[in-house]
Amino acid sequence: MSHPKSDVLVVDNLDVIFALHEAEVRAVNDLSFRLSEGETLAVVGESGSGKSQAFLAIMGLLAKNGRATGKAVLGGVDLLSLSTAGLNQHRGKDIAMIFQDPMTSLNPALRIRSQLSEVLVRHRGFTPEAAFKEVIAMLERVGIPEAARRANAYPHELSGGMRQRVMIAMALLCRPRVLIADEPTTALDVTVQAQMLDLFKSLSTDFGTAMLLITHDLGVVAGVADRMMVMYAGRAVETGPVDDLFYDPRHPYTLGLLTSTPHIDKRQSRLTPITGAPPNLEHLPDGCAFGPRCAFRFDRCSLDRPPLGEFAPGRRKACFYPKPLIGEEDAA
Amino acid sequence: MIAFILKRLAVAIPTLLVLIVISFILMKVAPGNPFAGEKTVPKAVLDNIFARYGLDKPEWQQLLEYIYNVVFHFDFGPSFKYRDRTVNDIIAQGFPVTFTYGAWAFLFATVIGVSLGVAAALRQNGWIDHLAVGLSIGAQVVPNFVMAPVLVLVFTLWLRWLPGGGWDGGHWSNIVLPVIALATSYLASITRIMRSSMLEVLGSNYIRTARAKGLPGWQVVFRHALRPAMLPVVSYLGPVFVGMVTGSVVIDLYFSTGGIGQAFVNSALNRDYSTILGITILLGALTIAANLVVDVLYAWIDPKIKL
Amino acid sequence: MLTDRRIGNLAHPAPAPIEEASAPEKGRSLWMDAARRFRRNRAALVSLAMLILIVLFTFVGPLLARWDIETIDWTVVGSVLTKGMPSFETGHYFGTDEVGRDLYSRVIQGTQVSLTVGIVGSVIAVIVGTFYGAVAGYFGGRLDSVMMRFVDILYSIPYMFILILLLIIFGRSFIMLFVGIGLISWLGMARVVRGQTMALKNREFVEAAIAGGAKPLTVVFRHIVPNLLGVVAVYATLLIPEMILLESFISFLGLGVQEPNTSLGALISEGAQTMQYGTIWQLAFPLIFFVLLLFSFFFVGDGLRDALDPKDR
Repeated sequence: MSHPKSDVLVVDNLDVIFALHEAEVRAVNDLSFRLSEGETLAVVGESGSGKSQAFLAIMGLLAKNGRATGKAVLGGVDLLSLSTAGLNQHRGKDIAMIFQDPMTSLNPALRIRSQLSEVLVRHRGFTPEAAFKEVIAMLERVGIPEAARRANAYPHELSGGMRQRVMIAMALLCRPRVLIADEPTTALDVTVQAQMLDLFKSLSTDFGTAMLLITHDLGVVAGVADRMMVMYAGRAVETGPVDDLFYDPRHPYTLGLLTSTPHIDKRQSRLTPITGAPPNLEHLPDGCAFGPRCAFRFDRCSLDRPPLGEFAPGRRKACFYPKPLIGEEDAA
Repeated sequence: MIAFILKRLAVAIPTLLVLIVISFILMKVAPGNPFAGEKTVPKAVLDNIFARYGLDKPEWQQLLEYIYNVVFHFDFGPSFKYRDRTVNDIIAQGFPVTFTYGAWAFLFATVIGVSLGVAAALRQNGWIDHLAVGLSIGAQVVPNFVMAPVLVLVFTLWLRWLPGGGWDGGHWSNIVLPVIALATSYLASITRIMRSSMLEVLGSNYIRTARAKGLPGWQVVFRHALRPAMLPVVSYLGPVFVGMVTGSVVIDLYFSTGGIGQAFVNSALNRDYSTILGITILLGALTIAANLVVDVLYAWIDPKIKL
Repeated sequence: MLTDRRIGNLAHPAPAPIEEASAPEKGRSLWMDAARRFRRNRAALVSLAMLILIVLFTFVGPLLARWDIETIDWTVVGSVLTKGMPSFETGHYFGTDEVGRDLYSRVIQGTQVSLTVGIVGSVIAVIVGTFYGAVAGYFGGRLDSVMMRFVDILYSIPYMFILILLLIIFGRSFIMLFVGIGLISWLGMARVVRGQTMALKNREFVEAAIAGGAKPLTVVFRHIVPNLLGVVAVYATLLIPEMILLESFISFLGLGVQEPNTSLGALISEGAQTMQYGTIWQLAFPLIFFVLLLFSFFFVGDGLRDALDPKDR
């Protein structure tokens, strides 16, 4: 990786496994990646790709029947090896998370101010009064007008956009080194989405926070991220700088995501959906998991699983197809 | 807050009046006169009695006077059966007894039920959870009138630990069995409601948020989860109160505590109409008041309800 | 995406979402689907079998009885504890009660009374409650608020006392018991049906019927009520044990049906008073029938609820 800055989060061989009635389902499979200081990495994939579960696992927030193995090292500490009490020293402080649904992610029975200031009291040893001051400042920073009044409100008294701003403020209060944003704009109106993305961009610059942006919306990726990682059926299938993946995708699934996304600035005659159904994690095919839906597949794809290998500096893919895909579509 | 209470009172007061009127009318249309059980009494004497009890006036006037006396003087009038006692006397004698063990039962069911429900939800599929689920299934079919004899059978007849009846001025040993008999099925219901509500809240997004903040477990549970999870339990407290008031009749009767329920059944069997009426109205008023308190409590816990 | 909630559900014994997600088989109706889910619920199946056995027993049992409900067996009077024990020789399979009457016949009659009260109360609730709730919910507005306020008022009255008042004033008879229970049993049903009706009335098929010129009451009873049957069935089943409890409560106080007729509540009450003399069977037999009956109804109702509305858990 040619990035000059050091890594803040290093994830190695992360597996997430859910115990179901009779079977075990592997939602995330052998996931490894690094996140550099101040960098924004977009994690892209459709539903069931394991992109959310991977990061819930790092935060220790898996459902009861889920478990994670592997390593997730943040500032020299492997988060996955910690007890809940140990993890509580770090989450909310060094690594924070913003969730998809701002409408249900705030406690309906507590005022905004107490939900925010408890983070500072817990991790920074602030007195409630000092915490309140800091909370007001942060609410103003994330663009909430009349912050002092809003701080006394209950969540149901705020709009969706306001609540997501509150969530962002909450996550940033302790200036975490890593911020995980799980589809932070999906539940919001399009106009609010744009505001949020601008906010993310400016905040990550100001605070030097590295960001993991989990999304299925490539428009969001293009606007904010430096690098992206495409996931399919629990595995990373392609990683690299955003521009490279957008203009020269090397995994057929990445290409599929791109051609199934509408672009305002490009006149497209038609959108091409990815054919076939999303994979069933309980019954993955032998060989490449994307094989059955792939237009480029050949014999080897159904026999061996392609490993995620570096094929150019800073770029990796998990595909046997040797050539660029753009311009070859018609040939396939 | 005041407006909210006033709005609720606007419902509660008519409800109480309806209760009084219905009971009064029922009493009036009852066949036979209240003294039917007496030996043949000369008509002149009977007329005297009628006049003494106000029975010679038109019925609407009796009703209005009755309501006036009840509302403004808290006076339920004389007993129809015991010449030397008023309904107020009978109530004053029985009510403290019923109130004592009733309050304990209410407290017992709520506190233990909530704690057990929370513990079960926190250790889902642990032994406390299995105990709680088993209890809540079992107690559905063990109402107070089944619980009472079974308790007496075990703790009085077999183990000889506790008295199977009597009151003895409210000695603790006389209170234990009535409290358990009255509370068990409600304790079980509260446990069940609390458990499922707590499980739902613990699985909610905002609890995930609280965990993501790195708050210690006890803070997540007590600061973030408990209050929202209490809502279904609070709205169930109204029915619990009604059920316990009703159940106290069985308890008073079975344990011979001398409580108000015993007076009720006795007057029902003796056709002491004014006592029945008085007790019904008193308990109805209490029920309505309890529902009012529950509503206010609910609104206090749930900020979404505008006061 | 394996969301938390779905995974959480899988840990639950309720029907697994994975199976539901499988492609629907051809032309399976809601009711067939429900029947399939019900058959997979072991507790509900066992309870249903138990219920059928109890009902059968109340019909077949009397044929085997050697004594009726009121004849006093003078050979046991005075020494019930020793001679009134359950025994095949004397023909008192469940023993006798304190005055020497056959408990077997009396328990059968008590069970019959409990079953009848439960079913009648539930049927009244279905008829009155469905009509009341559907009308209030469908027409809405002021009519709805007046109708439901009335239900609220009745609900907040300790109805047991009114019921007892009714029984002592108009005499303790079966008819009065049914009237009294019928007066209150429909309240909850009305609320449930009203809520469901309000949810249904804006659905396309109802709007289609209105657009087709159907009269309001026709819409309610031809188009809405049939779609409520699932909820009504569940609620009606769960009401039966409630009604049995209610009747037994009154009978326990000695304010229920008149002697020589009896009911499970009255028998439990008698047994509870005499158990101190050691005649424990007088409490045990009615109690066992009572508990089995309630258990069965609750589990069958629970099973129906899971089968008809698996999401509502």
